Amino acid sequence: MSLAHIEIQMIAALVATACALPGVFLVLRRMAMMSDAISHTVLLGIVLAFFLTKSLTSPLLIVGAALTGVLTVSLVELLTRTQLVREDAAIGLVFPALFSIAILLITRFAGNVHLDVDAVLLGELAFAPFNRIQIFGVDAGPAGLYVSGGILVLNVLFIAIFYKELKLATFDPALAAALGFAPGVLHYAFMTLVSVTAVGAFDAVGSVLVVAFMIAPPAAAYLLADRLSHMLIYAAAIGVLSAVSGYWLAYALDASIAGSMATMAGAIFLACYLFAPTRGVMTQRRPVKT
Amino acid sequence: MDIGQLFHNLFFDYTLRTVALGAALLGVVSGALGAFAVLRRQSLLGDAISHAALPGIVIAFLLTRSREPVVFLLGALAAGWAATLSIAAITRTTRIKDDSALGLVLSIFFGFGLMLLTFAQKLSDARQAGLDKFLFGQAATLLQSDVVAMAAVGALALGTTLLFWKEFKLLTFDADYAASLGYPVRTLDVLLTTLLVVAIVIGLQTVGVVLMSAMLVAPAAAARQWTNRLETMVGLSGLFGALAGVSGALISSAMEKTPTGPVIVLCISALVLVSLLFAPARGIVWRWLRNLRNRRRVRTAHLRP
Amino acid sequence: MTTTAVEVRDLTVAYKDKPVLWSVDMQAPSGALMAIVGPNGAGKTTLIKAILGLVRPLAGQALIYGKPYSKQRHLVAYVPQRSSVDWDFPTSVLDVVMMGRYGALGWLKRPGSAERRAALDALDKVGMVDFAERQIGQLSGGQQQRVFLARALVQNAEVYLMDEPFQGVDATTERAIVRLLQELRSQGKTVLVVHHDLQTVPEYFDWVMMLNVRRIACGPVSEVFTEQSLRATYGGKIAFLNGDGVGEIQDGYRTALSQPVL
Repeated sequence: MSLAHIEIQMIAALVATACALPGVFLVLRRMAMMSDAISHTVLLGIVLAFFLTKSLTSPLLIVGAALTGVLTVSLVELLTRTQLVREDAAIGLVFPALFSIAILLITRFAGNVHLDVDAVLLGELAFAPFNRIQIFGVDAGPAGLYVSGGILVLNVLFIAIFYKELKLATFDPALAAALGFAPGVLHYAFMTLVSVTAVGAFDAVGSVLVVAFMIAPPAAAYLLADRLSHMLIYAAAIGVLSAVSGYWLAYALDASIAGSMATMAGAIFLACYLFAPTRGVMTQRRPVKT
Repeated sequence: MDIGQLFHNLFFDYTLRTVALGAALLGVVSGALGAFAVLRRQSLLGDAISHAALPGIVIAFLLTRSREPVVFLLGALAAGWAATLSIAAITRTTRIKDDSALGLVLSIFFGFGLMLLTFAQKLSDARQAGLDKFLFGQAATLLQSDVVAMAAVGALALGTTLLFWKEFKLLTFDADYAASLGYPVRTLDVLLTTLLVVAIVIGLQTVGVVLMSAMLVAPAAAARQWTNRLETMVGLSGLFGALAGVSGALISSAMEKTPTGPVIVLCISALVLVSLLFAPARGIVWRWLRNLRNRRRVRTAHLRP
Repeated sequence: MTTTAVEVRDLTVAYKDKPVLWSVDMQAPSGALMAIVGPNGAGKTTLIKAILGLVRPLAGQALIYGKPYSKQRHLVAYVPQRSSVDWDFPTSVLDVVMMGRYGALGWLKRPGSAERRAALDALDKVGMVDFAERQIGQLSGGQQQRVFLARALVQNAEVYLMDEPFQGVDATTERAIVRLLQELRSQGKTVLVVHHDLQTVPEYFDWVMMLNVRRIACGPVSEVFTEQSLRATYGGKIAFLNGDGVGEIQDGYRTALSQPVL
């Protein structure tokens, strides 16, 4: 295994874990499709921040992305609260509109810049090892490693610090409000985190597959775990497993790394779906829910 | 370019005429069928199906090495079906809720399709197959023959909808009741979903995967604000879809470097916004005014001793 | 002279254009065990939620021991409707009960062994201690309700607000809940219960609030739970089969009200 192999796998594993942890709460809060919306709309934030800073590496890009993520969530909630459309329709209205604006801005005004829509959507992990960070002229490893590692640390810290509050607000938001835990504030803080995670991750795996990493491992873990803490651990483990095995599948087929990782995540989910102890389709003892 | 010139081109310029016709067709079919999806709380099913169609299209190409639209259609249809059935199976047999099932199937099918696509592109004749247009759509590459095929398939889909109008209406409103009357609800469900898949496949070449969901949800959401009747809603939804399609095609032809798909989506989004704000009775502006009046009335009522 | 535990003044709540509560006044004295009754859509749940600050009123206010709820959170425990949460959530019975201590813990502090002991005590009181490690989805409806009650007990509050605790529970659970309510009353706690079954009101409760968007009556059961106020609450749609004399009203409920009105 060469260094590039190891570096790509490390970045992928970090991204997978960073996505799986907040993904657990998205799945439990029934907000999985919101991650789909956010992973698309953050592009708008990146484009706008790029026009402001004229740089593709500025940290302002992440700030812009996080802001549009929060904007997406608020617009969906605003639309839903009018009771003129249901929540699923609201998501389906907001994200294509914001995404279209982003694409138009890119094609009209940033045509010559290296802001490739394909790369944003599909990701290109194979090139990650070429974008390296130099400290005092010494090679310090690929930038992607730092970005994904930083996002993972951020996620772990947030969830560890607010574990109790997140659990209560996810399980019983009314009680959380009644006890004075401001579930609204926590919700927006959490969705900001999801947005930041989406930006950091889609550099590596592309925005569509951010959704795969945020939803598939937690969904598989949901079939295995009866405790929130276990679900978090299983989800992270399944994420890493799909990242690494997906990498080798891509290597064998000479195909898209991100696509292969999502395929492996799907295969692992399928295995859990069929054979999870007590909850798998083949092992279920209880009668099927109607 | 002035407006007169633009309309002249609409009828006499081959590319613009083809694109506008294609976009209008797409708008009518996806608008009409999207209305059912939105009412059945399946707004995001279209998003999932359009992503899930990718592996079907790639596999169909790998098997036949042909780029006939009908081959793509069949491949997308099969994958769309598989995706819909997977979503239903996951929500029915596990504790996973429908939003997660949608997100899961959408991203995994798409990832699988992407893997196959990159694999297929290594094969020599795949580059010309135009599989990658699938992501954003490329309306400018529409041919007259494509539009004819779209029209034929679209007419078939709309005709089927009219034929089973009563059944679909009942299914949409109250599936359990329909079952109690002896209607084959599962079959009707599969049929309606199949029509939805057809609508999506028609649109993919014009607006692409990511924006296709908007063409299903937005016309229906706009139409819902103007009427309380299903008949009117479906008709209006198709009309809004066509309107957005044609205006999108016109605007993008009049301005340089503006891809058609996103412009169509922004047109229909603007229609939604206007409908939400100003539609009589349901419009936010009217409701806000009513609320203001009510508040004042409550306050005066409470002031009285 | 007792103090007032829960006071609602001139409360008006509307969803869209429709008033759900209209200028409602209510007083529950400290130590009262009060049923809140009324037909579907009368605003019973909304009243509870307004007291807890979960819905914003158009006008009026709710006070707990003379102060707004936001200042008195530690005095109040809330039992929501069982259907309000997702019972597939990956967590144990004990963990759910410990959530009752989260309010006292505040932000960031983790629950420890003291919380664990309190939760086990509360589970013991509702007869569920053997289920402490179960995943909550594996419980019956009645058992889930008892877990919710234990979660409220562990809050060690002065005022308990319960939304339909008897909804869809088995006879064992119903008896356990009644026993618990009476125990709370004997400790001088104030309990407000949204209740559906008019039949059992005189047996289980000593105070009653009758609500149908407006307040119809509020007071001791023996004084205000009359045929007249019932008719006013339910729009005269109750068919009294046997209740033609004042002395027979108690029997009247039993025969007629076993099918409460829709």
